[in-house]
Amino acid sequence: MNSPLEPLKNHIDLSLQSLRVTTLIEKEELTLYGALPHLESIIHFLREDSTCWCRQLVDICAVDYPERSPRFDAVYHFLSLSYNHRIRLIVGVEEGALVPSVGHFFRSADWFEREVYDMFGIPFKNHTDLRRILTDYTFEGHPLRKDFPLTGFTEVHYCDTQERVMTRPVHLQDPLRDYTYDNSWLGSEKKAEGDNQ
Amino acid sequence: MGERGTSLDLKNLTQDQLMQRVRDTVETEGFLVASLDQLAAWAQSGSLWPLTFGLACCAVEMMQCAGSRFDLDRLGCVFRGSPRQADVMIVAGTLTNKMAPALRRVYDQMANPKWVISMGSCANGGGYYHYSYSVVRGCDQIVPVDVYVPGCPPTAEALLYGIMVLQQRIRGTNTVKKKQ
Repeated sequence: MNSPLEPLKNHIDLSLQSLRVTTLIEKEELTLYGALPHLESIIHFLREDSTCWCRQLVDICAVDYPERSPRFDAVYHFLSLSYNHRIRLIVGVEEGALVPSVGHFFRSADWFEREVYDMFGIPFKNHTDLRRILTDYTFEGHPLRKDFPLTGFTEVHYCDTQERVMTRPVHLQDPLRDYTYDNSWLGSEKKAEGDNQ
Repeated sequence: MGERGTSLDLKNLTQDQLMQRVRDTVETEGFLVASLDQLAAWAQSGSLWPLTFGLACCAVEMMQCAGSRFDLDRLGCVFRGSPRQADVMIVAGTLTNKMAPALRRVYDQMANPKWVISMGSCANGGGYYHYSYSVVRGCDQIVPVDVYVPGCPPTAEALLYGIMVLQQRIRGTNTVKKKQ
């Protein structure tokens, strides 16, 4: 229990007691579990407190737990260049709940929040430009949600008559199969036209 | 006017022999008789200017192919940054849904005659990302492909071979003569 993060953990424990933050050191990584209403206060503390001094937001991502309530976890990673320590903050988010944007604390949050919005459909309050960032312009759905099918719903092709690239419903020639130890060497059951072997 | 009217057989000559014959004929006769189709094919296949369309790791092999070891320049292939100057598009890498309209637009901007080489598993048929929601299952869904180069990624030799196969195809094509 003599982790070098222990003093930092104790400091955060004491300071953020009122914000119902729990802390955990696992594999030499410090994780904070917070509540969504206190998100901004916690992040403000991590950024401005002279012991934490986390002046960099390294990443924002999310995790989907479809059967759990709250459904999502928003995960923030902070780095302090001055003290060379990293802090992870995990906040549970209900489906459809607004998460306050932290763009005014960290400029890097802009694109991270857009990515989380794109992939998970978590909306951010007061984000200046909340658009999709990775997927296609006309894309529907949120790919990293567990209920999103791997192959999606649409695919693109070039339409000779309309002379432009268009979308159409996905049609797979050879559907996705589950490969196991026993069947991975077997070919597809469906045979190509004219294949008599 | 010894060999007047003899057409040059462009197909079965090496580049050096061909140039020697052309020089000799022009010097002695003052003019040259050749099949327009063969002449066009020779010119087209000898100066295939590829458009760089590097989309993923295949692009690194494509660069390697253009580099000093494999040296595409000796085949007359000079990479161009503009579709207006290019004859062949090498689709090197994963073509995503978002990129597909841009790829088609660039292809449309190329001047005829134009060819497409599909390089690597992803461009050939989606490859590793065949079942992905965001990847085109083969760039032939978007543009007509002349040569498929298999591999993940294909070696520079494989791409070089693909280009040579395309050259052979062009040499066997008649642009003018339509009837046998």
